[in-house]
Amino acid sequence: MAINWFKYAAPSTFYGLAGKLIPWFAWPAAVLFVVGLYIGFFVAPTDATQSEAYRIIFIHVPVSILSMIVYLVMAGYAAVGLIFNTRLSSMMATALAPTGALLTFLSLWTGALWGKPMWGAWWVWDARLTSELILLFLYLGFMSLQASIEDPRRADRAGALLAIVGAVNVPIIYFSVQWWNTLHQGATIKMSGTSMHIAMQQAMFAVLAALWLYVIAVTLMRVRSIILQRERNSQWVAELSEVKQ
Amino acid sequence: MNWLEFFAMKGYALYVWGSYGIALLVFAVEIILLRHKRKTTLQQLRLVRDAENLE
Repeated sequence: MAINWFKYAAPSTFYGLAGKLIPWFAWPAAVLFVVGLYIGFFVAPTDATQSEAYRIIFIHVPVSILSMIVYLVMAGYAAVGLIFNTRLSSMMATALAPTGALLTFLSLWTGALWGKPMWGAWWVWDARLTSELILLFLYLGFMSLQASIEDPRRADRAGALLAIVGAVNVPIIYFSVQWWNTLHQGATIKMSGTSMHIAMQQAMFAVLAALWLYVIAVTLMRVRSIILQRERNSQWVAELSEVKQ
Repeated sequence: MNWLEFFAMKGYALYVWGSYGIALLVFAVEIILLRHKRKTTLQQLRLVRDAENLE
C-alpha cells in the first residue's frame, strides 16, 4: 500500500492525524514513566559513593538529553520551513520550543539539586552548566522573537535563522565535558559499554523513552492549536465539528 | 524498608523529591495549559464566526 506522505504535510490533513495520534503517545508515555520510576526507586540499588542522592540521575539525564535533541529537531523543522517554505514545518518548530525550554529548565533545576549535596554548590560557571544555560536562553530568545513579530511567516523566518545559528551550541554542550576540565562528570554510558548497574540503565532508558513520547504528545497538542489559529480563515477550519457547534 | 525511611532518602530527601516534584509539576502544568489553550482557541474561533454572522 502506497502512503502519500506529502498529504500530511498540509496543515488541514495533519490536524486530524495529530489528534488521532496523541493518545498513542500519551498513554505509553505515562506507563513507561511509572515503570521507570518504579525501577529507579525500588529496584535499582543504593549507589556506593552518592548514596540515595544519585537517584536524581533518572530524571536529570533524560531531561538533559531531550533538551538537546528537541533543540536539534526544532532547528531542523525551522530550517525545512525556511528552505522549502512549508508552513507546517515552521509550526512544528514553534510548537517544540516551549517544551524544549521546560526540559532545559528541568535539566538545570535537577542539576542544581544534585550539585548542592555532591559538589557543595547549587551552581558553578562550568562549561557544561553554562552552555546548558545558553540553551535555555536560545529557546526563550526563539519564543520571544517569534512572539514579537506579527506576521506569522516573517516570524517563522526570523525564528528559523536564530534556531539554526543557535544549533552550534548543542555540540558544545555535548562535548563540553571532554573539551574543558569541568566539574560535571563525563558520560557513563558510552558506545564501548558501561559500568552502570543494569537496573539503573533500565530506569534511565524507561524514563528517557517516556519523556520522548511525552514530548511528541504535547508537541502534537500544541501544534493543533497553532494550526487552528493560523488557518482560522480557511473553510476547512470552519467545517470542523469542534468549531461548528 | 519502611516508608518513612524511603521518603527520608538517607538525608537527601530535599534534593531527590525536589527534583522529581518540580519535574512532575512542570509536566502537569504543561498539559493543563495545553488543554486550556485548545479550549480558548476553539471558543475564539466560534466567537469570531458568530460576530461575522451578525454583520
